[in-house]
Amino acid sequence: MTAPVVELRGIGRTYEGPPEVVALRPCDLVIARGERVSVVGPSGSGKSTWLNLVGLLDRPTTGDYLLDGVNTAELPDSARTELRSRRIGFVFQSFHLLAHRSAVENVMLGLLYQGGKRAHRRSTAMAVLDRVGLTACAESAAGVLSGGERQRVAIARALVAEPSLLLCDEPTGNLDSGSAERVLDLIDGVHRDGQTVVIVTHDEHVAAAAPRRVVIRDGLVCG
Amino acid sequence: MSRLTPVDLGVEVVAGLTQRFGRTLLTGLGTALGVAAFVAVLGLSATARGQVSERFTALAATEVTLERMSLGALDPVAFPQVGQDAVAALPGVREVGVSWTVPVGDDRVTARPGDRGDAIAVTAVTPGYLRAIHATMAAGVPLDRFHEERAERVVVLGRAAAARLGVSRVDAQPAVFIGAEPFTVVGIVDTVDRASDALLSVMVPSATASRVWGPPKSGTVTRMLVETDLGAAAQVGRQAPVAARPDSPELVRAVVPPDPHALHDQVTGDLDVLFLGLALVCLVIGTVSIANTSLVAILERVSEIGLRRALGARRRHIGAQFLLESAFLGLLGGLVGTAVGLVTVLVAALVQRWTPILDPLLVYPAPLLGTVTGIVGGLYPAWRATRVEPAAALRS
Ligand SMILES: Nc1ncnc2c1ncn2[C@@H]1O[C@H](COP(=O)(O)OP(=O)(O)OP(=O)(O)O)[C@@H](O)[C@H]1O
Ligand SMILES: [Mg+2]
Repeated sequence: MTAPVVELRGIGRTYEGPPEVVALRPCDLVIARGERVSVVGPSGSGKSTWLNLVGLLDRPTTGDYLLDGVNTAELPDSARTELRSRRIGFVFQSFHLLAHRSAVENVMLGLLYQGGKRAHRRSTAMAVLDRVGLTACAESAAGVLSGGERQRVAIARALVAEPSLLLCDEPTGNLDSGSAERVLDLIDGVHRDGQTVVIVTHDEHVAAAAPRRVVIRDGLVCG
Repeated sequence: MSRLTPVDLGVEVVAGLTQRFGRTLLTGLGTALGVAAFVAVLGLSATARGQVSERFTALAATEVTLERMSLGALDPVAFPQVGQDAVAALPGVREVGVSWTVPVGDDRVTARPGDRGDAIAVTAVTPGYLRAIHATMAAGVPLDRFHEERAERVVVLGRAAAARLGVSRVDAQPAVFIGAEPFTVVGIVDTVDRASDALLSVMVPSATASRVWGPPKSGTVTRMLVETDLGAAAQVGRQAPVAARPDSPELVRAVVPPDPHALHDQVTGDLDVLFLGLALVCLVIGTVSIANTSLVAILERVSEIGLRRALGARRRHIGAQFLLESAFLGLLGGLVGTAVGLVTVLVAALVQRWTPILDPLLVYPAPLLGTVTGIVGGLYPAWRATRVEPAAALRS
């Protein structure tokens, strides 16, 4: 019996003001291994706040968060950083690639802070680039790639460390519909290979692709 | 634990600097100027100081010359014997010699009467003069007190003058003629350390010159050459005019060597302080420009920092990366500045025909000076970088 990937126990986030903002009211939520979940809600409802907590980019003001069964609430910053780099892969709306570095170097960045041999990191990165269909662009600077290609490089970077959880924040928000379709197909494929995926989105079409939907409204999470 | 190997850190730093190459160059310029000024100032002052000490050899530093113009019949002898003795008695004085150019008119110096002869200078000298110029003899003996006191009709020839007259030996007591007057050659001077024109002249005892041609005519400059102990020249220069001519010291001009200490102090004092100050200002400007550019770069790269943190970078990794970028920038500026400073020193020395003097102990650490400005300028921006919160940085 393996632990669920994500287990939230009454976790909430309040931004100390002034004015004090209760961005996320205490909520419970479990995401099992291999699940695909979409998180939806109107603007300002608390989606990003929730994603930052689940992604270990921010600390909750109340509650416990178990990632792969490890209670992260008591961990010091360095251990949370370590856990984040190994267990969570991020995909952002605005890609966050280093424009001057090549695609493969951007993917290698996903392994940079775990040490390991450079040559090994490169071959791993090349393998993942192959998986997202971008072998041909490996040596191109990220800045010259199209939006869809950039997001696929970003997905490769998120996957290169073989995370337990792929966290996507509006992954198609900056893409035209054709590129968005390819990116969603890619995420689909990754999920089918057993990857646990969470997508935060505005887009009904994107949300509809996931079997499970979590709605956040005014900081209230309804799973 | 997440970690970052030094090689990987270096790759990230170099990539960070090269992706904004133009800006990197401009930022390094301030540091380069500061370091260049620093190297140039120290190199130039060391070089200039080297020339100063070369010029003030012990020989020049121990030489005082008194000059007095003869006033004609009323006061014919510029430096009477009592005056010479009084100067010789001053503390720090080694030798005293008096000389003046004898006005022989149309008379030529010849080896045989009737020859056409050369225009060879005739100088009246006291025995002390030959000692004061460190004359060494190629043949015979120098003029001595005996010749002087008895106003003997003898001469000593400078080596060049002897060659012109065809005199090479003195054992047969050869004679030379000044006009129609015969003089016995008692010696030939081989070398001198001072007053090298002595080698070109015929020297007669001053008493003999006075007897044959009369005392120095009005307007003739008589020189008293005084050799002093090392360090005594300035003091002797002040006291000698009074000792030589207590009745009219104001008519005696004393030429003393410039005090090498004063010159040295002047060089260090004026030049060094001014330009070192300038170099310091340049270095401060370099530091501030690195600090400023690094801070702007960090604000521009906030999302990169957030991304790195999301991918597992610890605060110290971020801090190290940005501090190293600044330090590397400073090092580059330091290297360029050192090269520019060295070229400046070399060119200046070439133009002045000086020997460039560069202390390696100053040159080698100069690039480090640039590195230090980079580190100092990078400290605050790097600290700011470590404070970037990943969640905030990744918004948008
Ligand atoms: N750092 C912060 N300090 C104070 N208040 C904040 C902060 N971040 C977010 N908030 C507030 O918390 C609430 C939730 O914000 P959040 O960014 O999570 O919403 P969202 O659902 O992601 O919105 P959007 O769809 O527009 O991205 C908002 O009212 C917002 O103003
Ligand atoms: Mg949001």
